[in-house]
Amino acid sequence: MLSTQNLSCVRGDRMLFNAVDLRLQSGGLLYILGENGAGKSSLLKILAGLLQPESGSVFWNNQNIQQDAEVYRSQLLYIGHLNAIKEDLSAHENLLFSLSIDSAIVEPALRSAQVLQALQAVGLQRQAYLPTRHLSQGQKRRLALARLWLDAISMHVATVHNTSKLWILDEPFSSLDAEMADVLASRISKHLAGGGMAILTTHQPVDIISHDIQNYRLH
Amino acid sequence: MSTGFTSIIYRDLLQLLRRRSDIATTVFFFVMVASLFPLAVSPDPVTLRQLGSGVLWVAALLACMLSLSQLFASDYADGSLEQIVLSPHSLSVLVLGKIVAHWLVSGLPMVLLSPLLALQYGMHSHSLLILVLSLLLGTPALSLIGAIGAALTLGVRGSGLLIAVLVLPLYIPVLIFGTGAVTASQTGMSAEANLSLLAASSLLALILAPLATATALRVAVE
Repeated sequence: MLSTQNLSCVRGDRMLFNAVDLRLQSGGLLYILGENGAGKSSLLKILAGLLQPESGSVFWNNQNIQQDAEVYRSQLLYIGHLNAIKEDLSAHENLLFSLSIDSAIVEPALRSAQVLQALQAVGLQRQAYLPTRHLSQGQKRRLALARLWLDAISMHVATVHNTSKLWILDEPFSSLDAEMADVLASRISKHLAGGGMAILTTHQPVDIISHDIQNYRLH
Repeated sequence: MSTGFTSIIYRDLLQLLRRRSDIATTVFFFVMVASLFPLAVSPDPVTLRQLGSGVLWVAALLACMLSLSQLFASDYADGSLEQIVLSPHSLSVLVLGKIVAHWLVSGLPMVLLSPLLALQYGMHSHSLLILVLSLLLGTPALSLIGAIGAALTLGVRGSGLLIAVLVLPLYIPVLIFGTGAVTASQTGMSAEANLSLLAASSLLALILAPLATATALRVAVE
């Protein structure tokens, strides 16, 4: 369970938001809404533990994430608005690296197969060995999102420690085509149905199925 | 722990090999400075022998600094750094992996090239050996200390100059011990004391630099 207490964020000398109290249970989906510049990305960064809030704290299973950082990070998958892709490496190499730094306990022999499966899920199997600088913007976004499928695969093979329970996604639907947007929405729905949680920002209506959908609007 | 460490070294090396010009700049700078000096200064073997170790050490130091601003810059720009910071692996260990990769492509080639370049200064085989040893023990400290500077100046405009200002004072002891070792061997004294101090600097940097760099990187991604 994720909860926050009285979060506030100051950027420069402007107060972006204050007194943000959120609570997200297993299977829950939280949309962060707001205009451009309202502080959506900053809020996501605070929730991920990348940014220190001006005041307040974030709790994961009632533990402050600053104190229990390593446990929290092993349960978290954060995809920011930057794709974190190395242009000189192929999609396969990029994802292999993500896999090895995201989760500690995957059999090396299984890794390559997992990566290929994830690439297939996002429709990049044909570009797997191409340097990613040749990919289009949308394909790069797909590659960044392929990590969501890695998460699912490691769930089947490995222990419970390996599953990310919380997904924090900053504009995951931007620059995706309609078909891929549907694939992504159903992937997130499946994650939630399996007891995961997701927090995301989006500017377009998407249909993700969850029994517990919350909206939080930043002003 | 080890998976993260080795895979970050592997990724960085792979990436640097695909962009060889970046590595070439560092090594080329080192070779150029070291080879231009004998041409410009004097052909007199006595003068050159005295200059040799100093020139090679200064060239190595500046070449290392030249490549520092690139150490974390691309990871910072494309968002990889956020993912590295959020990894469940220890950030200091991952950072050490990046520093090792940096040393392997900048420090190590300079160590390997130094005997060849030292020949231009007419150095005797014993002091040549000491020079190579001193670079082998000292260049890791340059990469380690440099990483702190690179992390502290991340995202700052004109970071190259700022790194120099931050890092140079910390490089000076390494430079003094390094050239001191060679000078000692040339004057018939033992180089052991200087080499030990050099190794000690590298070990101290090995312990402190990854921690300091990791802290600076956490601030940088905010």
